[in-house]
Amino acid sequence: MKYTEEHEWLRAEGDTVTVGITEHAATQLGDVVFVELPEAGTTVAKDDEIVVIESVKAASDIMAPIDGEIVEVNDALADNPGLVNEDPLGEAWFFKVKASDPSQMDDYMDEDAYNELIG
Amino acid sequence: MSDLKQLPLHALHAAHGAKFVPFAGYDMPVQYAAGVMTEHKHTRDKAGLFDVSHMGQVLLPPSADAALETLVPVDVIGLKEGRQRYGLFTSPAGGVLDDLMIARRAGDLFLVVNAARRAHDIAHLQKAIDGVEEVTDRALLALQGPAAEAALSRLLPEVAAMRFMDVAELGWRGMALWVSRSGYTGEDGFEISVPAAAAEDVAAELLAMEDVLPIGLGARDSLRLEAGLHLYGQDLAEDISPIEAGLTWAINKVRRKGGAREGGFPGADRILTEMDTGAPRRRVGLRPEGRAPMRAGVPLFDAPEGGAQVGLVTSGGFGPSIGAPIAMGLVDSAVAPDATLYGEVRGKRLPGAQTGLPFYKPTYKR
Repeated sequence: MKYTEEHEWLRAEGDTVTVGITEHAATQLGDVVFVELPEAGTTVAKDDEIVVIESVKAASDIMAPIDGEIVEVNDALADNPGLVNEDPLGEAWFFKVKASDPSQMDDYMDEDAYNELIG
Repeated sequence: MSDLKQLPLHALHAAHGAKFVPFAGYDMPVQYAAGVMTEHKHTRDKAGLFDVSHMGQVLLPPSADAALETLVPVDVIGLKEGRQRYGLFTSPAGGVLDDLMIARRAGDLFLVVNAARRAHDIAHLQKAIDGVEEVTDRALLALQGPAAEAALSRLLPEVAAMRFMDVAELGWRGMALWVSRSGYTGEDGFEISVPAAAAEDVAAELLAMEDVLPIGLGARDSLRLEAGLHLYGQDLAEDISPIEAGLTWAINKVRRKGGAREGGFPGADRILTEMDTGAPRRRVGLRPEGRAPMRAGVPLFDAPEGGAQVGLVTSGGFGPSIGAPIAMGLVDSAVAPDATLYGEVRGKRLPGAQTGLPFYKPTYKR
């Protein structure tokens, strides 16, 4: 598992990367009430804002961590956005992206480095 | 590091896992460990304790009632001892400078004003009234929800006999607590002005009860929005008339056209004329389709594409007791009451149905 400074977790299986947000991020956001996902098949570039999360407090974005194509999105979040708070590391993954340049994953933190970041 | 003021109960909030945000110059708890959704629902189901000590508490001499009437479209002279009334400071142009509570007690008039407007309001009062006294040594707590009466009765048995908008001074451990049966959540409940030195004791006694949880600003906002209550600076402002804001009911009969003390408050010409002939805009409730919240500032259009902007959202978010996004806004009066409105959120026009207000029917003990 890798982590971004924007508190996303990235799990690579071959060239396909599953993306969610960390428990720390979910706690900071508060109760999530709305999630807007991209469509499968969309081509994305690193740092594109592709997911909108609205909590009871505010709206925030999730960025594409790498270049590639969205191959699957987690439609369960549209009906049950609260999953983001209940199981951020498991059931509440947001999307899977097929990397066009898997070496971009090397830029991201491992778990120890991330834990140090959130202190 | 900052000039933020701390509430008298700051340490107690921190001990309950509060997250703090700056609000009106104070370091305020926005939520506690339970989170906004749980805090909101708990207040509707049981009882929530809010620290609203940032709000301004002001005393006027009892003889100031006529002078106060020159600032508000309220029947202050006719306000009976032991009763409280909602009021508005109006502007000469017919807008709203702040909203407030006015209580008549045995020896004074007691006002509660918004934190962000406190300095303004006190200066505004001093121009018209002699003997304005800001209360700086008392905290203000609100206990709200269906279990509030049972909880507060354990400290102050007398509160069970109070009705909505009654006020009373009650003794507790040798101190005077100023209690009103009111609040800003749509629930039955109380606001309690407590000597600052005793605030922690009162709060700790209440929080030790199983039914009472501390509630932050986040849930306070969603509770008042569901109850259709205005937030000054969003739903009420200097460029919004009380008639546009849906507050005609707050202009008491004796101050209206044909009343014994008709007019005589700032902006009376515009406000009383709008009561007769209608205002250019009106307040609406809005139920966005889908789950995306429409927050304050979202422009409202009359068509899914093109068309014209006909208003804007003044308060919006998710209503935990409604289970859906809710909003209130101001729209041109020409808009048909059953027309679908389209809020532009992140470049997309999302439909919403106009609804009556409130979204949640208040449960005051009348």
